[in-house]
Amino acid sequence: MQHGKYRFIVGFLALPLGLYALFVVWPFIQSIYYSFTDWTGLSPEFKMVGLDNYRRMLHDDVFWKSLQHSLMFAVVLPLVTISLALFFAFMINVGGRRRKGGPVISGVRGSSFYKIVYFFPQVLSIAIVSLLFAFAYNPDSGAINSLLRGIGLDSVQPLWLGDPSLALWCVMAVLVWSTVGFFVVLFSAGMASIPTDLYEAALLDGAGRATTFFRLTLPLLWDTVQSGWVYMGILALGAESFAVVQIMTTGPGGPDYSTTVMVLYVYQKAFRDGQAAYATTIGVALLAVTLAFAAVVMRLGRRERLEF
Amino acid sequence: MTTTETGTTATETAVPAPEPPRRRREGGVLNVFSHGILIIWAFMVVTPLLWAVMTSFKDDRSIFTSPWALPDKLHFENWARAWTDANMSDYFLNTILVVGGSLIGTLVLGSMAAYVLARFDFPGNRFIYYLFIGGMSFPIMLALVPLFYVVNNMGLLNTLHGLILVYIAYSLPFTVFFLTAFFRTLPTSVAEAAFVDGASHTRTFFQIMLPMAKPGLISVGIFNFLGQWNQYMLPTVLNTDPDKHVLTQGLVQLAVSQGYKGDWSGLFAGLVMAMLPVLAAYIVFQRQVVAGLTAGALK
Repeated sequence: MQHGKYRFIVGFLALPLGLYALFVVWPFIQSIYYSFTDWTGLSPEFKMVGLDNYRRMLHDDVFWKSLQHSLMFAVVLPLVTISLALFFAFMINVGGRRRKGGPVISGVRGSSFYKIVYFFPQVLSIAIVSLLFAFAYNPDSGAINSLLRGIGLDSVQPLWLGDPSLALWCVMAVLVWSTVGFFVVLFSAGMASIPTDLYEAALLDGAGRATTFFRLTLPLLWDTVQSGWVYMGILALGAESFAVVQIMTTGPGGPDYSTTVMVLYVYQKAFRDGQAAYATTIGVALLAVTLAFAAVVMRLGRRERLEF
Repeated sequence: MTTTETGTTATETAVPAPEPPRRRREGGVLNVFSHGILIIWAFMVVTPLLWAVMTSFKDDRSIFTSPWALPDKLHFENWARAWTDANMSDYFLNTILVVGGSLIGTLVLGSMAAYVLARFDFPGNRFIYYLFIGGMSFPIMLALVPLFYVVNNMGLLNTLHGLILVYIAYSLPFTVFFLTAFFRTLPTSVAEAAFVDGASHTRTFFQIMLPMAKPGLISVGIFNFLGQWNQYMLPTVLNTDPDKHVLTQGLVQLAVSQGYKGDWSGLFAGLVMAMLPVLAAYIVFQRQVVAGLTAGALK
């Protein structure tokens, strides 16, 4: 298959690669370069300032807050979401009561119904979900506080997004709500590929459901859990946390910067404050955090691969 | 690629085994408990969505005074107002144009690059492959700052075709990653036979390989469709002209402007209007959507 091979390769790669290089690779390279300049973004002139931006970043309290919140998003959020999803997936697929003459392991009744329903939020835009919950959280007329009043809890009327100590949790709860279904479906697929005779053996040995889960299901599912964590962490550091925080919290960034995240801070510095160079500096920090996060999860989670 | 379709087969083929008595008692209590939690979560997922649908039929006053009360009558005029006055029709049109254009572009360019990378040996092949893959783990916001000026200098800022090109570029990493793996699984013999019969590489690709890759194209197409339809960050930065807004931006813009216009019922109608087509499509194509969305993470 040599005839005209290189002409064909070049012809097929030129357009996709060119577009990708122009709109993705080149801006990334420029970003790193700009982080060493004093470019405002408003005028084309700039000069090199060495590490000034990085020094400024280290003394910027808002940056440290945003870093802290972003790390929460990357660690706590997947932890809660994945734990919930593992529990749901296990119950749906393995946790059912055994019916006489039925299969050894089975899901609870209506398992496919749960899988369909849980997946609903995943197909909706995170922007729409954020808007919806911004209304629900409204302290005066929102659905949540009005529900609390309805069941007689008039004294419990939190400000939710308006309370600096609660706002971040409210925002994260929305992402948990919208992502759990994805992982339930993902883990269900993984659990289905575990051979049934392993479960039979566990049952014959008298293992209860908790033991079965921790000794059998979780170890065999570990690869999926790990890549799911990395996948969600990268999303939570980037596009998803941008949308929820920017749409839901006042400022945006919350009362007293209580919900600001790195990706939002980059956006605000570049497109609101006219400090494009400083924005790219924070962006480089975000890149470092993302890569470090992926490396740590892959490394800490490394176990002997189980063949089955 | 494992899908949920395999979910039931593993359990159905199992043979019944004697039941240890201890487990039954424990199972009974746990079963009520676990089933209860599953129902509560299903309820928590559905309630906000149903609440939004209900609210979209209420008048403005009762939205604030009694958020949980049923509408006094069905205020269909909210929907009409949202469609025309609140420009939802324009936002829909813009979104359809942008997503339609980018989806076709992504699939065509993505499969071309993936095919070459999967099937041909040439110097730099691995480098280009990893260049594409790297784009999946990099924070897009970092690139968006200079990208804004790149797009602006090309005169593409606030244009729909500019947005289409950017969507395609940012959809390529996953598309190339997924389709490269997919093309590798296809048998080589068919393409070789076509080539021996005198078909050119280009013709072999379009007439033999693309039809064979259809299942992969559908999966990655659904993935990209949802991602591009729901995209919020890229248009927020690159598409600031209100006339060119896509759905997600338009709704957020609407929510901000309702702060002084006070047409909350119209806003809810708009929200539901944007939610329903995607939910309906999901329910109809449930299997394909789930397969398409989970395909990437399982690789």
